[in-house]
Amino acid sequence: MSQGVDMSMSAAGPSQGARAHSPREAQGMPAPGGSAVREATSVGATYALELKDVRKSFGKTEIIRGVNLAVRAGERVAIIGPNGAGKSTLFNLISGRFAPSSGEVLLDGHRIDGKKPFEINRRGLSRSFQITNIFPKLSVFENLRCAVLWSMGYKYSFFKFLADLEDANERTEELMDMIRLDKKRDVLATNLTYAEQRALEIGVTIAGGAHVILLDEPTAGMSKSETTRFIKLIREVTQGKTLLTVEHDMGVVFGLADKIAVVVYGEVLAFDTPDAVRANQRVQEAYLGSPVAQSQAGNHT
Amino acid sequence: MNQMFYEFKPLNIGRFLIWSFFALLLLAAPLLFTSSLDQTMLSQMGIAIIVCLSYNMLLGQGGMLSFGHAVYSGMGAFLAIHTLNLVSNGALPLPVSLVPLAGGLGSMVVAVVLGWVTTKKSGTPFAMITLGVGELVWAMSLMFPEFFGGEGGISGNRVTGSRPFGITYGPQIQLYYLIAVYTFVCTALMFAFTRTPLGRMLNAVRDNPERVEFIGYDTQKVRYIAFIIAAFFAGISGGLAALNFEIVTSEVVSGYRSGAYLLFTFLGGATFFFGPIIGAVLMVLAFVLLSEFTKAWLLYLGLIFLFMVMFAPGGVASLIMMNLRVAAFGYLRKLWVSYLGLALTGLTVLLGAAVMIELVYHLQLNVALGPEMPFLWTSLHADSVNSWFGALFVMLTGLGLFEVCRRQYVREWGEIQEHIEKEIKRRETL
Repeated sequence: MSQGVDMSMSAAGPSQGARAHSPREAQGMPAPGGSAVREATSVGATYALELKDVRKSFGKTEIIRGVNLAVRAGERVAIIGPNGAGKSTLFNLISGRFAPSSGEVLLDGHRIDGKKPFEINRRGLSRSFQITNIFPKLSVFENLRCAVLWSMGYKYSFFKFLADLEDANERTEELMDMIRLDKKRDVLATNLTYAEQRALEIGVTIAGGAHVILLDEPTAGMSKSETTRFIKLIREVTQGKTLLTVEHDMGVVFGLADKIAVVVYGEVLAFDTPDAVRANQRVQEAYLGSPVAQSQAGNHT
Repeated sequence: MNQMFYEFKPLNIGRFLIWSFFALLLLAAPLLFTSSLDQTMLSQMGIAIIVCLSYNMLLGQGGMLSFGHAVYSGMGAFLAIHTLNLVSNGALPLPVSLVPLAGGLGSMVVAVVLGWVTTKKSGTPFAMITLGVGELVWAMSLMFPEFFGGEGGISGNRVTGSRPFGITYGPQIQLYYLIAVYTFVCTALMFAFTRTPLGRMLNAVRDNPERVEFIGYDTQKVRYIAFIIAAFFAGISGGLAALNFEIVTSEVVSGYRSGAYLLFTFLGGATFFFGPIIGAVLMVLAFVLLSEFTKAWLLYLGLIFLFMVMFAPGGVASLIMMNLRVAAFGYLRKLWVSYLGLALTGLTVLLGAAVMIELVYHLQLNVALGPEMPFLWTSLHADSVNSWFGALFVMLTGLGLFEVCRRQYVREWGEIQEHIEKEIKRRETL
């Protein structure tokens, strides 16, 4: 687990200038500046994903009330917060399901707010859903292959047979092995067990090779042992990618994340390393220390 | 190493046999059915197969319930007949055999314009827009007689232009083989489409459009392109119809036509690729034969549709596939007694019901001809109580026996399905 140096980094957004040690460096992996990691192309872009004063209102109710968040390439960020705090809405704003009412969302330094989900996906951001969202009448293999096609450049092609797309098929087979569903290759997604469907959901999410992955409660509804296995899987398949995940299980959060963003009532209360968040007085008052949170941490919903 | 598991294999024997059989059937059909009525019907079947398959591209594969598909087959027909007339006038040096292609391309252009509006939405709004566009074109067809020919329609003459190998398309049989070639090629192309990236994404858009947006695809564009391709094939079908009938009236763009495509594609089975082929054959049989046979044919058709939607929403194709599955596991032998029972009792019900329906129609439409009504090989008296009670008795007896057979059948079917499920589980664990 990384012990980032930029403890002082608050929810207020990017501190321009010196780039602090990233978790990748702490893990002995190539630094974000290295060729292994996709770097932002525009000048001055430091972050894989950046939110600047993002707000969203539904009618007169402001659900997201000025969120600032800056995530470096390769970081694993867990977003925690009580139910109804706006975590899923935040994901919807980032992934393009909704457009923010105001504020900016930047992916690799390029604005993506207001763009359509497929445009954002093509730029390398992919998300999963809290409620399993796959193609029920297609087989496991077809589900994954559909998710692979665009990134392989096949787009709307109807002059090539799927069976002849060797690269796409190979990639699909790889993905199937990665999410351990190779034995269920031709089973319709609707006939899979719940845990298998969740795995397929992750598979579909990562299939396109996006470098920023958003997972919305990936372990929701799973047993303890399933969760443990699943977290290991998530770690594997998101290796080297920027990961944002909404999670209720505190054990998972502190085990998986390099950084934690605490969202309460549409605002980021704290954004820091797990240890710093744990020590944060305001977080303890607002969330972690409260009986509600403890019960939530115990049985994730 | 994984290559051998891919579903589409270039040397798939089963598939090769099926397509060979299809080609052979198209080739040999006019040799088995030789009368001129048969040939007319076979030609119409080919035309209907193309249009129903193209409709199923929208309904079955894309989940797009269109109420206006006749717009595209109809526009194809009009554009083809105009092209044919240009050829006749010597203004266009195009072989007659390529005229349907002109219909297809023209229809595609229409779809590029109208489809852009239509495919903006999916689901119910999509259905409503197709209905609106259908009405629009139908209304237009009566407003612009220069193009649509008004009440009389536009007529043409397919015996024109160059005559390669002495083929004039004058005799119906020559045209039939042109239609057969188009039917085979179009069916093959539409099947191939289901195996392409766009074809698969169309299924994905049908099942879960929201998710498709998050894996990089613009669902609207997927629908739009598929819509244009479907219109192309519909246009070819319209073009063939123009050659076949040598007259195109505004009826071909009507909502009535669109409804027939929907109904018979559904009857045939929208969930399987070959379902609409069965639907198309049934459509021609119903329109040509059943309508000759009885005045109440639309009523019978409605009843069939009703029962199909209620009891076999997958259409004839799904019934076939379900029984093939049973046969594959070797259980079909157990069912044949039940099927025989169902068929006999079902026919009895139909006989009783048909007598009453026909008597009502006779009393309503043919009073002037007297109460005697010819029915099958006998003659019934519409005023006689005996006829009515006899029919009612036959129907009710049939209904009772049918129910007995049905219960027996349902029980057997359930048992067999259980056996099959167990068998599948057992094989999986091996």
